[in-house]
Amino acid sequence: MTDSVTNSSIYGLMAEFDSAQELVAAAHKTHEAGYQKIDAYSPFPIEGLAEAIGFHKNSVPLVVLIGGLIGGISAYALQYWVAVITYPVNVGGRPFHSWPSFIIVTFELTILFGGLSAAVGMLILNGLPMPYHPVFNVPEFAKASEDKFFLVVFSSDPNYDAARTRSFLTGLSPRMIAEVPS
Amino acid sequence: MDEHKTKVTGIGAGGEVCPSKRKQLDLATVKAQIEETTGPEYWRSLEELAGSAEFQEMLHREFPKGASEWLDDFSRRGFLKTMGASLALAGLTGCTRMPNTEIVPYVKQPENVVPGRPMFYATAFTLGGYASPILVESHLFRPTKIEGNPQHPASLGGTDVYAQASILDLYDPDRAQNITYMGDIRSWNAFMEAVRGPMNVQKSLAGGGVRILTQTVSSPTLASQIRSYLAANPQAKWHVYEPISRDNVVEGAKLAFGEPVETRYDLSKADVIVSLDADFLYAGFPGSARYTRDFAARRNPDASMNRLYVIESTPTSTGMKADHRLPVRAAEVEAFAQTLAALVGIKVGEIGPPGESEFIKAVAADLTRHRGSSVVIAADHQPPVVHALAHAMNDTLGNVGKTVFYTDPVDANPVNRSESLHALVEDMRAGKVDLLLILGGNPAYDAPAELEFASALKSNAVSLKVFLGSHRNETAELCQWHVPEAHYLESWSDARAYDGTVSIIQPLIEPLYGGKSAHEIITILAGQSGLTGHDLVQAYWQKQHPGADFDAFWRKSLHDGWIEGTAFATKQGKFDLSRLNLARESISITAFRETGVFELNFRRDPSIYDGRFSNNGWLQELPKPLTKLTWDNPIMIGPAMAERLKLNFKDVAELEFNGKKVKGAVWIQAGHPDNSITVFLGYGRTRAGRVGTGTGFDVYPLRTSQTPWFADGAKLRPTGEIYQLASTQGYQTMETPVGERPLVQERSLEEYKKEPNFAKEGEPPADLTLYKPFDYSKETYSWGMAIDLNSCVGCNNCIVACQSENNIAVVGKEQTLRGRHMHWLRVDAYYNGPRENPKGFFQPVPCMQCENAPCELVCPVQATVHSSEGLNDMVYNRCVGTRYCSNNCPYKVRRFNFFLFQDWETPQFKLMRNPDVTVRSRGVMEKCTYCVQRISERRIDAERVDSTIKENDLQTACQQSCPANAIAFGNLNDPNSLVNKWKAQTRNYSLLGELNTRPRTTYLAEVRNPNPELEESKAELRTPRAEAERT
Amino acid sequence: MATNTQIPVADRRVPVIAPGHTFSTITEKISNIVLSRPVSLGWIFGFLIVFSMMNMLMMALGYLFIKGTGIWGINIPIGWGFAIVNFVWWIGIGHAGTLISAILCLLRQTWRNSINRFAEAMTLFAVACAGIFPLAHMGRPWLAYWMFPYPNTMRYWPNFRSPLVWDVFAVSTYFTISLVFWFVGLIPDFASMRDRAESTLVQRIYGLLAMGWRGSARHWHRYETAYLLLAGLATPLVLSVHTVVSFDFAVGIVPGWHTTIFPPYFVVGAIYSGFAMVLCLAIPIRAIYGLQDFITMRHLENAAKVMLATGLIVAYGYGMEAFMGWYSGSQYDSFLLWNRLHGPYQLAYAALLACNIFIPQVLWLKKFRVSTGWLWLISFIVLVGMWLERFIIVVVSLSRDFLNSSWGQYYPTKWDWMTFAGTIGMFLTAMWLFVRILPMISIFELRTLLPEAHVHEAAEVKQ
Repeated sequence: MTDSVTNSSIYGLMAEFDSAQELVAAAHKTHEAGYQKIDAYSPFPIEGLAEAIGFHKNSVPLVVLIGGLIGGISAYALQYWVAVITYPVNVGGRPFHSWPSFIIVTFELTILFGGLSAAVGMLILNGLPMPYHPVFNVPEFAKASEDKFFLVVFSSDPNYDAARTRSFLTGLSPRMIAEVPS
Repeated sequence: MDEHKTKVTGIGAGGEVCPSKRKQLDLATVKAQIEETTGPEYWRSLEELAGSAEFQEMLHREFPKGASEWLDDFSRRGFLKTMGASLALAGLTGCTRMPNTEIVPYVKQPENVVPGRPMFYATAFTLGGYASPILVESHLFRPTKIEGNPQHPASLGGTDVYAQASILDLYDPDRAQNITYMGDIRSWNAFMEAVRGPMNVQKSLAGGGVRILTQTVSSPTLASQIRSYLAANPQAKWHVYEPISRDNVVEGAKLAFGEPVETRYDLSKADVIVSLDADFLYAGFPGSARYTRDFAARRNPDASMNRLYVIESTPTSTGMKADHRLPVRAAEVEAFAQTLAALVGIKVGEIGPPGESEFIKAVAADLTRHRGSSVVIAADHQPPVVHALAHAMNDTLGNVGKTVFYTDPVDANPVNRSESLHALVEDMRAGKVDLLLILGGNPAYDAPAELEFASALKSNAVSLKVFLGSHRNETAELCQWHVPEAHYLESWSDARAYDGTVSIIQPLIEPLYGGKSAHEIITILAGQSGLTGHDLVQAYWQKQHPGADFDAFWRKSLHDGWIEGTAFATKQGKFDLSRLNLARESISITAFRETGVFELNFRRDPSIYDGRFSNNGWLQELPKPLTKLTWDNPIMIGPAMAERLKLNFKDVAELEFNGKKVKGAVWIQAGHPDNSITVFLGYGRTRAGRVGTGTGFDVYPLRTSQTPWFADGAKLRPTGEIYQLASTQGYQTMETPVGERPLVQERSLEEYKKEPNFAKEGEPPADLTLYKPFDYSKETYSWGMAIDLNSCVGCNNCIVACQSENNIAVVGKEQTLRGRHMHWLRVDAYYNGPRENPKGFFQPVPCMQCENAPCELVCPVQATVHSSEGLNDMVYNRCVGTRYCSNNCPYKVRRFNFFLFQDWETPQFKLMRNPDVTVRSRGVMEKCTYCVQRISERRIDAERVDSTIKENDLQTACQQSCPANAIAFGNLNDPNSLVNKWKAQTRNYSLLGELNTRPRTTYLAEVRNPNPELEESKAELRTPRAEAERT
Repeated sequence: MATNTQIPVADRRVPVIAPGHTFSTITEKISNIVLSRPVSLGWIFGFLIVFSMMNMLMMALGYLFIKGTGIWGINIPIGWGFAIVNFVWWIGIGHAGTLISAILCLLRQTWRNSINRFAEAMTLFAVACAGIFPLAHMGRPWLAYWMFPYPNTMRYWPNFRSPLVWDVFAVSTYFTISLVFWFVGLIPDFASMRDRAESTLVQRIYGLLAMGWRGSARHWHRYETAYLLLAGLATPLVLSVHTVVSFDFAVGIVPGWHTTIFPPYFVVGAIYSGFAMVLCLAIPIRAIYGLQDFITMRHLENAAKVMLATGLIVAYGYGMEAFMGWYSGSQYDSFLLWNRLHGPYQLAYAALLACNIFIPQVLWLKKFRVSTGWLWLISFIVLVGMWLERFIIVVVSLSRDFLNSSWGQYYPTKWDWMTFAGTIGMFLTAMWLFVRILPMISIFELRTLLPEAHVHEAAEVKQ
């Protein structure tokens, strides 16, 4: 374990754990220790982990709501405009504004826009796609998509100090600690 | 290739109207090249171009019938391309061919030609010698549509299917296109040279070796030409033959009056009509158009309604309209007539079977009740004695001069057809004939079997054989010389209608292939040369009408379409009973069943007549009135007989008669008499052309001059084979296992009087709707149609008229079998009651133009929507072809282009089509739109003079052609319009009204006028609904 | 759904994963099928067959576009034949996939985790096959885009009252959402594949698809919300799609079409056939790729139970049709019933009743539910039955409608059959490729099924 690297060239410190259990506990401790800029990595979603690292607000639902509304309203508006305003023709003696017939397309477009904004919104909020990320520089991190669990304290954290943070993490008894070069 | 086209069209005829300048240039150069060559030689040189080996090969090969053509695309497409090209050589690109002799337009349109505005000319179509007066619509000298002449007494605007469809014959690409000698192309001059020699020889022999064989001639000009020739050459002979002859009528008249007379009926004054097997309401019966008009006019239940009894052997549309119909074998009609005659008080010796049934008593009683206002009509195919009896009855009942009239025969040479042909064949075999002129017809195909005319013609006994015919048919094959006959729309002539009125036949277009008319051929005989048909006809009438005012007279005659005062004067037939020899052995009625031999009936085909129309796609695909069969002739038998013989629809049976056998597919016809077989003439042609060759089976080999119409002794046995018959409807009743469908509303006159609103049941009230219906009252027009089922006689005219007006494609048998026929308007035939003798119903079904149209609602692209005038418009360009509209149409009136059904290649058809109607392409739905092109045209006319369309200015094609006046079309926003008057009647009902589609086409329910005395026949004709009510 | 705080009690008894598996064994087993398992001869042979079937489809369509819809057996009155029958059939099959992934997800049926991936794939491929027909059945397919509302020089617009336009929107939405749902589900597994791939190329490809997924807690948090919402949206969607398809008929006035029972009856029928297809695929796949540990008998049995239930509802639908035929008093409806029983297509109707109603009743017996052979056979029969049902609805109803004069018969041509068989080929071809290039079972969702994945429970265990 060398202490040669300076904060600037270091992205953060990574601790590897064996189980979700340990990771969650460690995350809690780290957060309570006052670290703000931390993140935890796991091969599957873990209940309570996000809360553990102090992540609460999630705006995906709002995005979906807006998307859905846009879809639905624009769909009905289009149909009304077409059937009543710009191209009113007598189709089978039906009224121009045959609202029951317009419900279906309205519904479908609500779903379509809502669904798309859910997926796209999630990706954008997650900052994906992002093919490169410093954590990938740590070889062990490959296991993060299989059966290992990681906690990272970013060097950008105000409380971050190479030595102190390292010793703090060691106190969480991880399998190993690695520096994440930026 | 193009170069050739342009040259040719340049030459075509004097008054060409050619769009392109370049053509004019070519014209000049070519003219220079062939300075003094006359037309024919010019054609010849051309044909040598076109007459390449493969072209000939194609012409002569057995063409696939419509059936296969859509399956193997290459054969047909490839064929049409080459064919089209070769024909284009014959001067047939889009350019028009104005006749260069003066013809006079029927004034209805401006006298001077306005491009895009049709002109109408009056002329006449002849069938079996009888002229149907017609108006021909002409676009820039291209005849496109045939309609009845509303001012002519024999038409009053009505036509028949043959007249309507004859326009297609004009443009038939299979027509003979050049004069041939032993199949090689020759020029007109060469022909005249070849004939002149023998003619001079004959002069010295007083024409001893000359024989002229014509079809029935009613043309005064032609008759006088031939007569004058015969006068000059007394030894020459004139023979007449028609397979559908009226020999029996003539003989019957001779029997009754000692001389041939023409019998004419006035059905407008007839309260009781008894038809002895006569199909007088269908095309082919002289005067049928006028009879239909008068008959239908008397079917109004609110006025005094006539009553029709039909005693018939083969079920016909006339029989289905009858108030009482009695199916009997043809041979029994005579016995019936005898009995009936006796019962109305004629001493005819002993009365043969069937004895005095209730039915016959009632008929007789009814007749005697209506002295002077009844009529008995005998069928052409019934023996002379039946005609004589009919004359006798009409005479005794005092109908003569009131409903029955006698005139001189229309036929210019009323000899006995079969005798005449017999004589000719004897002479031919005896080698007495040196020069045989066959002017039209096709005796090699349709002559009586025992004559073996074909072999007689083939043999070298006759040194010079000349055939004038429109097609290179069976007869043409056997003659050295074949001169293409000009179509009647291409040549001058004249002809008499059934009442004797003479119409001048004026051409509307220069002969497409330089055809010649009979007149011109006779001039060669007579040694005159250079005389055109125009000169001859005009000269003849100049003689008839000397005087200064001839020009005015001539002009008027051409303009009106007939010559004033040429109708025959009626004469009092001096009826003489003594000539009636009734000492004939009476027919045994029950003989048949044991022996297992049957009566065989030969009948003209409802669609292709005697076979002369077999290359006419419209007629081939025209569903026959009862069977709805297309493209085939069946062996027609009755249900009971079918069960005994274990025969079913489409089973192939072997028919044996006089030791000769033919095979055909069986059709079981409700109402067909038992132990009787009907076969139809005109099919099984071997050299008809692409369309007609090989359709159906030929029954002429069974037909002898002794038994031209019916005879006993036919045998029928199943073969176990199956043959597909393409019926557009199949055998349908209105009954289903779960009750009767109220498609055609019908009641007896009494029931109607009791319950005038019977037809309305099940129709929703107009206010039964969730949303406000569209308001059409603000519009100037709101179109609607009403069809009177009482008047409709199922004559099929509307179908052909619609097909012609709307450029409707012919799809062939294979596609028809698959249920893909394209008729926008169909006539549904329904039966009700026992299969042995059901009631028949006809229901013309065009698009209903529903106000709540189910089809429009489901079209994803709004290709079918409502117009402001209430039309259910079809936007071909927008249609993507999902067929959803058709699925959702309860009336199934929509038609779909499953393939590229329209022929886009053949140049002739380009000339023929109605320029006002889109030619649809593949993958597009199409349907009736109340002839919207006519509506628009009239609207524009009206707006141009700041007025609105007048009731009489606008007719749909179907309405216009209807001889029965069964269709009323007009503006629903005009309270006085006829259609509104009809819709106001209590009989008015909507088809499937309970679906609340609000159809704009409605029907006037059918009301029959049965004889109250005939309880038992009433019972036999009882409808299932009536039964339901009773129980 | 992915994270389950509680494994339902039932799950404890019959595990949905065979015991003894760890995170890494699951990951290996599934990803190795794609990454390291050699391509077997059997796979290649089968692929050749299904691929040639697919090419038969291309041929049939090519000829169709050259000649026109006339090469099929359709006519007037029967304007819709095999094309629409197959369309409805395929769409129906698609439904099981979405149902499993979305509805069971909302219902927290964790057992669906091991079958949802290929069920969703099945959905996509089925809908793709279905999508071919509405296009192909048009008279002028090159104008299909006229169905979409887009500004054009003709200033012409589609008819939003037409069920076909509804179809266009419903089906395209359905396909899009299913695709998105499927892809979102795949992202974490792409990451796993990326990190396990040997060859750089393979790594690059999966890396690209994974879009840099690194399993951050924040990501997982948003991911789950999005996934849940997608499920929530897909659920009404899947119910709506077949409802809309049923409108094609229910909105029409043809006897046998114009009935209010169609929407539920179509949806349930769709699920019925869908689960049949799932079983038809799952049973052989789990055998071939040794996935019995993940797709256990429990899955098959549950699917069988769903089939049994939906089958009964379908039976109710038939019963109701028959009842209305009599109760409506409309002679057209009563004739419809008579015609189905005694008309020219009576055999088809009899077969339909046998396949869809009578035979599947054996599923009441556990013996049949737990025997893969029987299950497969019955599922296949149900697939046939559901195809027949659509045939009866489309063709038989059209062949005998209001006017006797216009009744017709329908005779499918060889082109009809080629097109149908061809789409089956296309479907299987896609499946063939799918099992070789994508993890056919959702790895990360399986991980959540292991006890270790459950933090609190693990804690309990410790104490």
